[in-house]
Amino acid sequence: MSDQPRKLVAGSTDALIVGAGHSGLAISHCLADLGVEHVILERGEVANSWRTERWDSLRLLTPSWQSRLPGYAYEGKDRDGFMSMSEVTDFVEGYANITEAAIHRRTEVTCVSLSGDQYKVETSQGVWQTRSVVIASGGFNIPHVPAIAGGVPDFIQQFDTHGYRNPGQLPEGGCMVVGASATGVQLAEEIHQSGRPVTLCVGEHVRLPRNYRGRDVQFWMDVCGVLDESIDEVDDLVRARNVPSPQLVGTSHKQTLDLNVLTDMGVRLVGRLAMIRDGRALFSGGLKNVCELADLKMNRLLALFDEWVDEHSEDPGQGPRERFEPTRVDASPLLGLDLNGRELSSIIWATGYRPDYSWLDLPILDRKGMIKHQGGIADAPGVYVLGLNFLRRRKSSFIHGAEDDARDLAGHLHAHLGNQNMAGLG
Amino acid sequence: MSNSETTGCNGVNIEAILGAREALTGAPEAAQFKWRATSEWVNGTHTRSTVEKYFGLGEEHSHKTTFRYDTDHPEIFASEDNGSTPLEIVLVGLSGCIGAGIATVAANRQIKLHSVKATLEADMDMAGVLGIDADVRNGFNGIRVQYEIDADASEDDIRAIVAQSQKRSAVYDIVTNPTEVEVKVTKA
Repeated sequence: MSDQPRKLVAGSTDALIVGAGHSGLAISHCLADLGVEHVILERGEVANSWRTERWDSLRLLTPSWQSRLPGYAYEGKDRDGFMSMSEVTDFVEGYANITEAAIHRRTEVTCVSLSGDQYKVETSQGVWQTRSVVIASGGFNIPHVPAIAGGVPDFIQQFDTHGYRNPGQLPEGGCMVVGASATGVQLAEEIHQSGRPVTLCVGEHVRLPRNYRGRDVQFWMDVCGVLDESIDEVDDLVRARNVPSPQLVGTSHKQTLDLNVLTDMGVRLVGRLAMIRDGRALFSGGLKNVCELADLKMNRLLALFDEWVDEHSEDPGQGPRERFEPTRVDASPLLGLDLNGRELSSIIWATGYRPDYSWLDLPILDRKGMIKHQGGIADAPGVYVLGLNFLRRRKSSFIHGAEDDARDLAGHLHAHLGNQNMAGLG
Repeated sequence: MSNSETTGCNGVNIEAILGAREALTGAPEAAQFKWRATSEWVNGTHTRSTVEKYFGLGEEHSHKTTFRYDTDHPEIFASEDNGSTPLEIVLVGLSGCIGAGIATVAANRQIKLHSVKATLEADMDMAGVLGIDADVRNGFNGIRVQYEIDADASEDDIRAIVAQSQKRSAVYDIVTNPTEVEVKVTKA
């Protein structure tokens, strides 16, 4: 197939899924259950992003018992552990092996456009015609680096979260990690442990303990229904979709990795990196408030867990109610740092990701380049998106969150094709 | 943003604010505002500033009246003390902004406020502005704000209102983050 010329007709189908990650495979299973004929196109190998675009030490933030997909679940021994990226890749590859639909690997989608009442999908291996499209290409394609990075002096080496693999890549000397979500705190810890003193720029963040009352925090989120909260149940969906990933790490000793742990280790906390002016990094003076916000929010969540325990006579936890020390912040945190002062030799931009829709030639993007959709149903008939933050539920971007969303959207897609058939007959 | 008299909890018309938020989400150009002040030097360290017009929602607006602010330096600097120092005006702006936010956030959370009192204090080393020590900054070394709030809510809920108000405060943002300032001069 790889020798076929670009414009050759590759085929036609009722549904075309872009991406063979956990989301694309999940909806493939749901579509197969409904008898919808479909194909899956994958730019690289199955689970490509997990396989090639993550740093070495990364493990899932969710325990393995939670990893399940339609008709498939984790069956390894370490159910309370956290899968490494190679284990995640194996897990998803195992799922691909029981997938009935054709998976066209190393087939990169270069353009999706409207063609009559169908869609034309141009790929590196020919052109597909399809009646519907499921965009399951992931929400974390491109590391987002703010424009202020342009003001960093040349001698400081900069890395984004695709370029960074491990501390061994970094020059000796100080490192500034920008961003304190899951990525930022994990990289800050391992880089600091490698002997490179870390300064961590902290903006708005989500603080969570790894364990609470003897159980993993994900257990509590699960039983209390937090993860199942739907888009109709939150009052500010835009905000809910943009909440940064929680300060969690998946390690064998179930360690909590909050800002106090990093402070105890010697990491220096500063406010959000606001600007680089004349070679000087300027940090927000609002560090105390973002920490206060995160502490209060964590305590509200813990109170929710406690209420659940109070309401259920058999306590599934093993410990008493806990409250954690408020985040410690210096009385006068650093507000500026001279980047030419040679204190820093590297900067890691852990400032989030954006999806890549450069191949999407459909009028469904908003002014910020994101797909306009209602719970995954895009603003074009027969076009769907999966796997984004809080797509339909709080758990939407988790592996185990794919199932409910995939079933809902497969049902909608199936009905859409049925309606089209009816219209055609009429 | 509305002249509606149907004010609700805490005297805040939360429906009008949420309506404006909704409307401006779909009309980003209408969300572009310009805030203005004019000022004229009077004598010595005394300056009088006026605030009257602003731009927003695609057109010019005027306040109900023209507001005037006198700023001066105190007598210990051999000035006439015709008004508060400009530094104190910064504190006034900060507390005004966070205060408005507290009432709004509380109303949005349906929490009734009985009293909201703030005390602000800023530290400053005069060695900066007087040019005594180049290592000392001109501005504040820090600002402390102490709130005392009586409301129908738990202490944590009250703290969350104040934290959220800071998060959404324009003046808090201006004070805690760098802002580009361009000053141009023409000969009259």
